[in-house]
Amino acid sequence: MFADGGVPVNALRSLGIAAGLCGIWQLLVWLTDAPHFILPGPLRVLEALYANAGLLVQHAGVTLAEILLGLMLGVLLGLCSALSLIWFRRLRAWMLPVLVISQSIPVFALAPVLMLWLGYGMASKVAMATLIIYFPVTAACYDGLRHAPAAWLELARILGADRRTQLLQIRLPSALPALGSGLRVAASVAPIGAVVGEWVGSSTGLGYLMLHANARMQVDLMFAALLVLSVMAVSLYFLIDRLLRRLMPWQSETLFDDAREAD
Amino acid sequence: MLGIDVRNASLAWQGHSVFSDLSFHLPAGEWTCLLGQSGVGKSSLLRLLAGLTEQMQVRAEIIASDGKALAGRVAWMAQQDLLLPWLSVLDNVLLGPRLRHSRVTHAQREQARYLLSQVGLTGLDSRYPAALSGGQRQRVALARMLMEDRPLVLMDEPFSALDAVTRLKLQDLAAHLLADRTVLLITHDPLEALRLGDQVLVLQGSPARLTEPLRPQDAPPRAVDQPQVLELQGRLLRQLMEVSE
Repeated sequence: MFADGGVPVNALRSLGIAAGLCGIWQLLVWLTDAPHFILPGPLRVLEALYANAGLLVQHAGVTLAEILLGLMLGVLLGLCSALSLIWFRRLRAWMLPVLVISQSIPVFALAPVLMLWLGYGMASKVAMATLIIYFPVTAACYDGLRHAPAAWLELARILGADRRTQLLQIRLPSALPALGSGLRVAASVAPIGAVVGEWVGSSTGLGYLMLHANARMQVDLMFAALLVLSVMAVSLYFLIDRLLRRLMPWQSETLFDDAREAD
Repeated sequence: MLGIDVRNASLAWQGHSVFSDLSFHLPAGEWTCLLGQSGVGKSSLLRLLAGLTEQMQVRAEIIASDGKALAGRVAWMAQQDLLLPWLSVLDNVLLGPRLRHSRVTHAQREQARYLLSQVGLTGLDSRYPAALSGGQRQRVALARMLMEDRPLVLMDEPFSALDAVTRLKLQDLAAHLLADRTVLLITHDPLEALRLGDQVLVLQGSPARLTEPLRPQDAPPRAVDQPQVLELQGRLLRQLMEVSE
């Protein structure tokens, strides 16, 4: 309906934003007169992108796999944790403080340890991505489940719903919007986890490629890798946004509805 | 049809006594309207009958005319329609069957459609509640309640959030569709109580007491401009004002 009619406008607007940013970038290159091994212009980066397409695709594939696996694991674990926190009242008193305390440990500081335990391969990066999104997803989902309107639950009780049905058919759907915002955060944070993991130690992936290119002063390649990473992250965000809207046709609040409302 | 006797009902919440030793009778197949100001304990009384008394200290003797327990035989309609926004209108009407067993039969689906036509909502089956007006939403809630087909109906100010004309229409509809059920309706609107009630009780004071039941003549729903209704409305309003001074 409204959402579909807005898509071409959205696409045009996104293109406009991208073009504007490139313009500012090029302007910055001209103004500062920076040498190309410090700040390459957009065209140079596009050239590097074209010249190294095969290499970039190969490494991007690895990073994408890490991000997706981490996202799936993190969301699954977070959802399960939130559900068990709601279901087992006793567990809640013990687990909530542990969860909050665990949040005070910076996940980045754990990267070397994960490397030590899980090795140089994909597992340590997936673990990083999982860890970094686990808490936001758990917190958002738990909050959503907890704040299901009491009146709905009472109605369900009068209608004869047992506790499991109340959880699955009342609490869970009513938590979907909150879970959705958790998922959007997760989608934008998971790539950070994966790339940081690659920086600490790896032999493949975009993070590795960036470090490698940087060390050899191939700054244009580094920027190209960064560009690919951003495109991947943004696409992932929009994909999840789309999916959530499909799942929740009764409420389609997203960031871009706000942008459209301003029209 | 089911008559209900409530004897010596006492209820306290957070250490405060809301009411104590209330006794009243809900005649089988009649509408009892319970009138009272906000916060006097009307809703607590209704929750007592519905079994929703968590975090309350309750003592009461509730006797159904057939001698069986009330649990599972109560239908509930609240001030908010409580429609689930992620379910279509039809699925909201089918909420009871959906929550009790996962499969909804064809017959139940047909029954739900019939009830939706009864409340005047033909053709809106697949809409989401967000696309309905306040009056339409409360009609869906009414259909959902009728779907349950339970002998005791408890209504907690179900029409108070609606505009005046919509409210009158829904009162007529509810009176028509629930004519032979045992109903306890809670309201702060004397006109509503007098239009719909076979008997009208007033809950007032602190701790709250019940007045003698008032029994207007003629069968409900009564017209708004009926002299009897207008006269009793004036009397009830004066009574409510005196107590609140």
